Amino acid sequence: MKNVTVKTFVAIGIGSALFFVLGRFAAIPVFANTSVNLQYAFLGFMAVVFGPLAGALIGLIGHSLIDFTSWGPWWSWIVTSAAVGGVIGIVGRKIDVEAGEFTTKSAILFNIANVVGNGIGWFIVAPTLDILIYQEPASKVYMQGIIAGTANIVTTAIIGTLLLYAYSRTRTKKGSLDKE
Amino acid sequence: MSSKLGLGYINRCSPVHSLTGATKFLMAVLSSVAAMITYDTRFLAAMIVGAAIVFKISKIRFREIRFVVIFIAVLMLINSVAIFLFSPEEGVMIYGARHEIAHLFGRYYLTQEQLFYMFNVILKYFSVLPMALLFIVTTQPSEFSSSLNRIGVNYKIACSVALTLRYIPDVKRDFDDISRAQQARGIDMSKDERLIKRLQNVLSVIFPLIFSSLGRIDTISNAMELRGFGKNKTRTWYNDRPYRIADYLAIAFCAVLVAVSIALNAVNGGRFYNPF
Repeated sequence: MKNVTVKTFVAIGIGSALFFVLGRFAAIPVFANTSVNLQYAFLGFMAVVFGPLAGALIGLIGHSLIDFTSWGPWWSWIVTSAAVGGVIGIVGRKIDVEAGEFTTKSAILFNIANVVGNGIGWFIVAPTLDILIYQEPASKVYMQGIIAGTANIVTTAIIGTLLLYAYSRTRTKKGSLDKE
Repeated sequence: MSSKLGLGYINRCSPVHSLTGATKFLMAVLSSVAAMITYDTRFLAAMIVGAAIVFKISKIRFREIRFVVIFIAVLMLINSVAIFLFSPEEGVMIYGARHEIAHLFGRYYLTQEQLFYMFNVILKYFSVLPMALLFIVTTQPSEFSSSLNRIGVNYKIACSVALTLRYIPDVKRDFDDISRAQQARGIDMSKDERLIKRLQNVLSVIFPLIFSSLGRIDTISNAMELRGFGKNKTRTWYNDRPYRIADYLAIAFCAVLVAVSIALNAVNGGRFYNPF
């Protein structure tokens, strides 16, 4: 916790608030009980910009709040959100958007992080915990995991990448000053 | 944040309100863990009855939380149907017996075991809910973060949680403002629009929202850094409330619940209570 700056903790706070608002009010229903969850694209973005600790905690706090204010804590999926944020943060460590650079290479790296993070989370962690904790039928929870995971990977790939690109444009490039 | 969420702190004078935020948080976590561990019907039913009594003590009225209960009831119905469609013989597998009631169609048979299993799943969801709700409606947000720190959470993380609760109404207001401004420009986000177009339109709201929030992160972290936040290992709190006997008793009681729920697994020889 030594090398973590004050900014990271503020980012965790505000990020969780945004995660909550996006999850609660900006979800686009596709069909019964399923919606496009924009908050996971945002989570991937924050994990890359502010690091794995921020990613994990935004997932944890944001998802807990959504659950606590709606259907009660659903720990298997809360843990999954935290894991997704953490893994994307770790894999995406090399991407340096702060320096104003977002190349094709960083986009590919981000999407590898995206597939690894969301894949591990929704295809493995969530259904396995659902079975261990809640003993729901395996076929049902793996189906849910595959639907949720695929949707999250696709939204993160499109919206997360766009967000990172837009963000890198707002940063000043290294050596961008010219001597006249 | 009450009106924004439709669910938030409701100020009343009751024994439940006078418990510290961390106590109620631990109660919510412990009782949800207890409900998570076992599938014993009697235990889950007792927990729902117990939670109803605590609600009575807290002076929160049913109509104040009614919509949440209705919401989860609908969710449960959908979930039960999904369980039945995916695995109509799950109950038979778990209880090791088969009492057929009727043959519906194809491979779908209605059995007593399956109905009992689905009843248990519903009980489980409903036994997790009340304590979480109670925590949200009886805890003052700023008092909560100081008591989080008390139970051992790093104070910087406790402050992040305080920031989250503080800024949810602001972010929500920004969201509404931006969304109205874009609608005034003729951007349609309702279900009349085609899905892809609608997604694009929603993006035209959340991009400005996210970038204005990033600006906010800069401002707040500068202000906090200027005030020397994070310099020391510990900090003091304005909203600190001492722990009293009632707090320890409440936490101890919930810890006992977890122990009972673990013990039930041994007694029942598995996670399920089997009447068949």
